[in-house]
Amino acid sequence: MTLQEFRDIFHNGMWKQNPGIVQLLGLCPLLAVSSTVVNGVSLGLATAVVMALSGASIAPIRNYVPNEIRIPVFILIIAVLVTVVQYLMNAYMYGLYVVLGIFIPLIVTNCIVLARVEAFASKNGALASAWDGFAMGLGLTAVLGVLGAIREVIGKGTLFSGIDLALGDMAQGWVLHVIPDYKGFLLAILPPGAFIGLGLLIAGKNWLNLRAEAKARNKPVSTPMTGEAVQG
Amino acid sequence: MKRIARSTLQTAANLIFFAVIATAILASVFFMTHDAIVKSEEAEKMKLITQIVPTTLFDNDIIQDKLNVAPNPLLGTEEVTIAYRARLKGEPSAVVLESIAPDGYSGKIFLILAVRANGELAGVRVVTHKETPGLGDYIELPKDPWIKGFDGKSREVYKDDDWKVKKDGGQFAYMAGATITPRAIVKAVNKALIYYAENREQLFAVSEPVKKEKRK
Repeated sequence: MTLQEFRDIFHNGMWKQNPGIVQLLGLCPLLAVSSTVVNGVSLGLATAVVMALSGASIAPIRNYVPNEIRIPVFILIIAVLVTVVQYLMNAYMYGLYVVLGIFIPLIVTNCIVLARVEAFASKNGALASAWDGFAMGLGLTAVLGVLGAIREVIGKGTLFSGIDLALGDMAQGWVLHVIPDYKGFLLAILPPGAFIGLGLLIAGKNWLNLRAEAKARNKPVSTPMTGEAVQG
Repeated sequence: MKRIARSTLQTAANLIFFAVIATAILASVFFMTHDAIVKSEEAEKMKLITQIVPTTLFDNDIIQDKLNVAPNPLLGTEEVTIAYRARLKGEPSAVVLESIAPDGYSGKIFLILAVRANGELAGVRVVTHKETPGLGDYIELPKDPWIKGFDGKSREVYKDDDWKVKKDGGQFAYMAGATITPRAIVKAVNKALIYYAENREQLFAVSEPVKKEKRK
């Protein structure tokens, strides 16, 4: 693996093939958990850990798993990893475990995990697969974090509420009240807010892409022109 | 034919192999984390209990002094719940009960409440609910002190007609736009106090029922 490949995989996960806003996989947790930054980022990171581990554990055995049963075996491995993460969270981050509740076991059914294992880990080495899973998970985390921030600020006027659940009592004072004395805007907290926010994020990304494309298209054409213009 | 049978068996063996490994990993992680999970769940329960039972009120190991409570319509419960008993120098001082308000705005509201030996409420907390965020969720403590309005109330001071929200002629505050939620909780708390009055003796009975359960 060259450095360039590492970079490409990371770029794919974070931007070009972002699971949240490009592949649109794993929408169930995306919409349900993104009501605050802390919830979104926590579930995103848990997913990233599961994805990295599943990539790392499936890639080395990919040649030993008969083709006909590869899906059940992959699902089995992912389910084991998710359950392990769930046990660990239950044991050592109880508050967060209660908040994320049902969505932790649901990581198993998050299609992005199986999709990456099937599309990447079953064809590539362990290191690359782990990196790919982690990058994809991080891409999902970024989307969940941004969406969570938008919904939290608009819906409750705060940022990082509930951070003490993730980091312990010392973080209790870290909640930012962005808009003081805010009455709250219910729509942003409820599921429709998640759909609207996600739509805006996708639109924003497409706009950035189009702008970049337009720039790239103009460049070769305009270079001689500007050259002349400079001369003139 | 033979070849197909053989390859099928091989595939099955392969799947079993993975299943066995997966089970082994899960089992070992389960045993490794089990104690920590029990501990953090107890710590969480303890945190909730000490919120409503002042620590000056008991000197016993309240988490262990528990009693199975049969499902009862007065508590709104449909399954066995656990009551925790607080004792001071061996004398019963308070009991922590679980109660369910079945008629919240969107489903059941799970409560725990602590009743002092004299029938006075030491405190009430909402454990889980699905009320509308931003509207009906003022029943949660960090969001609003509303639930503290139950502290110190009893059926001695408040008669049946007082156990209603002010809008219905009772004594309890509510917030405009979300009356169904507090109405359900006030009703459930009142019923739980009736249950306490009727079952006081059994609730404080010295841990015999727990012993019985252990023998099973």
